[in-house]
Amino acid sequence: MAENIIELQDVTKYFGENLVIDHMSFGIKKGEFITFLGPSGCGKTTTLRMIAGFDLPTSGKILLNDEDISSLPPNKRPVNTVFQRYALFPHFNVFENIAFGLRCKRVVNTYKNGNGEEYTKKEKLSKQEIAAKVKKALALVDLEGFEKRSISTLSGGQQQRVAIARAVVNEPEILLLDEPLGALDLKMRKEMQIELKKIHDRLGITFIYVTHDQEEALTMSDTIVVMADGVVQQIGTPTKIYNEPANTFVADFIGESNIFTGTVVGKNKVKFCGKTFECVDNFGEGEQVDVVVRPEDILMCAAEDGILKGEVISVVFKGIHYEITVQVGKYELVVQSTESRKVGEMIGLRVAPDGIHLMKPRYTTNVFDGVINKANNVEFAGGEFECDVTQLYPGSHLDEDGYLITAAGEKLDLTDTEVKVEVGLHDIEISDDEDAGGTTGHIISIIYKGDHYRLIVRTGDSDEDEDFVFATEDLWNENDYVSVIIPKEKIKLSLKHKEKEDEA
Amino acid sequence: MKLPRFSRKTLCIPYAVFLIFFVIIPMCVILFYAFTDKNMHVSGTNFVRFFSDPTKLSTIVYSLVIALITTVICLVIAYPVALILAHSKIKKKFVILMLFVLPMWINFVLRVNAIRELFNLLSQINELEGLESANIFKTIFGMVYDFLPFMILPLYTTMMKIDTSLYEASADLGAGPVTTFFRITVPLSMPGVMSGVTMVFLPSMTNYVVSDMLGNAKVTIIGKFIYEYFGSDWHMGSMVAFVLLLVVFASTLFSGGFKSEENVRGTNL
Repeated sequence: MAENIIELQDVTKYFGENLVIDHMSFGIKKGEFITFLGPSGCGKTTTLRMIAGFDLPTSGKILLNDEDISSLPPNKRPVNTVFQRYALFPHFNVFENIAFGLRCKRVVNTYKNGNGEEYTKKEKLSKQEIAAKVKKALALVDLEGFEKRSISTLSGGQQQRVAIARAVVNEPEILLLDEPLGALDLKMRKEMQIELKKIHDRLGITFIYVTHDQEEALTMSDTIVVMADGVVQQIGTPTKIYNEPANTFVADFIGESNIFTGTVVGKNKVKFCGKTFECVDNFGEGEQVDVVVRPEDILMCAAEDGILKGEVISVVFKGIHYEITVQVGKYELVVQSTESRKVGEMIGLRVAPDGIHLMKPRYTTNVFDGVINKANNVEFAGGEFECDVTQLYPGSHLDEDGYLITAAGEKLDLTDTEVKVEVGLHDIEISDDEDAGGTTGHIISIIYKGDHYRLIVRTGDSDEDEDFVFATEDLWNENDYVSVIIPKEKIKLSLKHKEKEDEA
Repeated sequence: MKLPRFSRKTLCIPYAVFLIFFVIIPMCVILFYAFTDKNMHVSGTNFVRFFSDPTKLSTIVYSLVIALITTVICLVIAYPVALILAHSKIKKKFVILMLFVLPMWINFVLRVNAIRELFNLLSQINELEGLESANIFKTIFGMVYDFLPFMILPLYTTMMKIDTSLYEASADLGAGPVTTFFRITVPLSMPGVMSGVTMVFLPSMTNYVVSDMLGNAKVTIIGKFIYEYFGSDWHMGSMVAFVLLLVVFASTLFSGGFKSEENVRGTNL
């Protein structure tokens, strides 16, 4: 596709043994303001650095105008970067900083010699040309007359502007911005957001912007790429991403959300919080889905008119609206409204069909690779769990020496057998007693789903970590160190080599 | 119990006493001796004698040249070493740095002696012994060996402090590795160069132990001169010391050592 200025094709990046970018593919249209959005460590900065050329992809290709630039050094790429901490050269003044790129540039000029033959020469830009370009760039960022100032005398905002001028003066095809506003205070940041947008409109070049601030992304971008764990979660316009999040991660990361687990009970009908709602999304009947409802899409009404009925348990004034928490049975819903309610009041709640977003659950079950050990326990995710190995062979039983006797009377030693381990979302418990469970890890994510929390516990070290996803009603804190308990009968095992045979 | 509280002024007293007795008074004594004759009459004869004696003047120039060569060689060796160490991603670079610095932990005289023995061994094979140039070579070799760590350390610490995103920014703006080196690395490592140069240049002008032991006492530098004069003529010795002081002052002025900005001198280790 020619309209894509940058295209990532199946890009994977490892730092040592750490997988940072996992088979990422997407294209960026020319002239757009595109934002990479995600929590820290999601791979957004690495993606940007690969486009700039500071990091090379482990595998995959990066195309610029359909040409493979994956292994070009940064100085050979027609892109410029505005760095997170500006990276201005402290030993140069403002003028020299901005002129740096221009002084490195060689332009091809065509001349005619005495015989009228044309010849070309690679030449440096003349002093006047450089001075004129620097002046123009300074005007663009409203810093006229700052040429002679030294970098250390500038404020953060001014340094930011110099960094932008230094990048755009080279007329790059793409401007890369790595969290450029992170070091500024809130008011300055808001001003610079508008400023950047203006500069983008004036220059008409492609901007790739990296941020973890969802509000910034929504305000500025034409297109947002939401990333998590080195994988693109969703690409779309800010409106689309806000209104139609592709999964619960996007819904939870962008804006406030009420997230529930629901079941599709008919055509355009979904059941959650114990009631059936009309909706617009269509899924197969009986399918389990994640339901996302934005707080502003929940309408309050008289108790008897609502589909849901609940008690107001807290009201917080947020400036433009009130944030009202309502307890409906065992579920908790957050509602945003310009009207206030009294704490303790019974109110009804309803949701318009287009306010209900259904999505495929991100996790339905936990799957691990495990090995049976001598004690007929299964080892996986850095721990050892008791399990029922007889389920591997229907009709089998164990003899007193720990050997498995199959239904056909065969005697098997299961030690070192590789198995696939499956554990359901509701079959895991955690405890802060480190020795209580089979393995230990840190809680890395908590998403509130109305009546329960969905937790992700990551075990093992960074090289071979495993995630446990499960539901719990107890409130934990992110980063808590916990042990994972799985009841013996809830561990589902299946033989691995059997699957391979089936595939063959 | 209430602790006695000292004001800033009170706390300064020990330092003031130290400075007065060990810096200011000795300096005055040197000045006094330099500008008096044997009968303790104020006179400028020492000054005149010093600058009209070709031997003394040539010794000063000689010391300067030896110090200069030593400093340049140290810089040429140390700069790449510091650059490679500062840029390498190896985890154990501290160990490598330590290996360069380790000789400093061994007694100075012992080290110089070791080199002398080494040269003696070599001279039995070669017949360089006795040549004037061989003595100078050995002296400079010994000085480079001794002062190299003092050049590497400040260079290394200054280079470590350079933000790597500056190199990235330079590459991003279209500069190749050579341009980046000359326009970013060199100017930003200048404070380290300056402090390294100061720490090598000044001692190598006066450190006559090396020149005595390795140069067969045939290489006379200014430090040796002062030492010898203080055996017989304190007045002339003081004058030589005074002239050296002026040279040091001039060279420090030249290298920007008096600028108030902290980063001009870099890290003096």
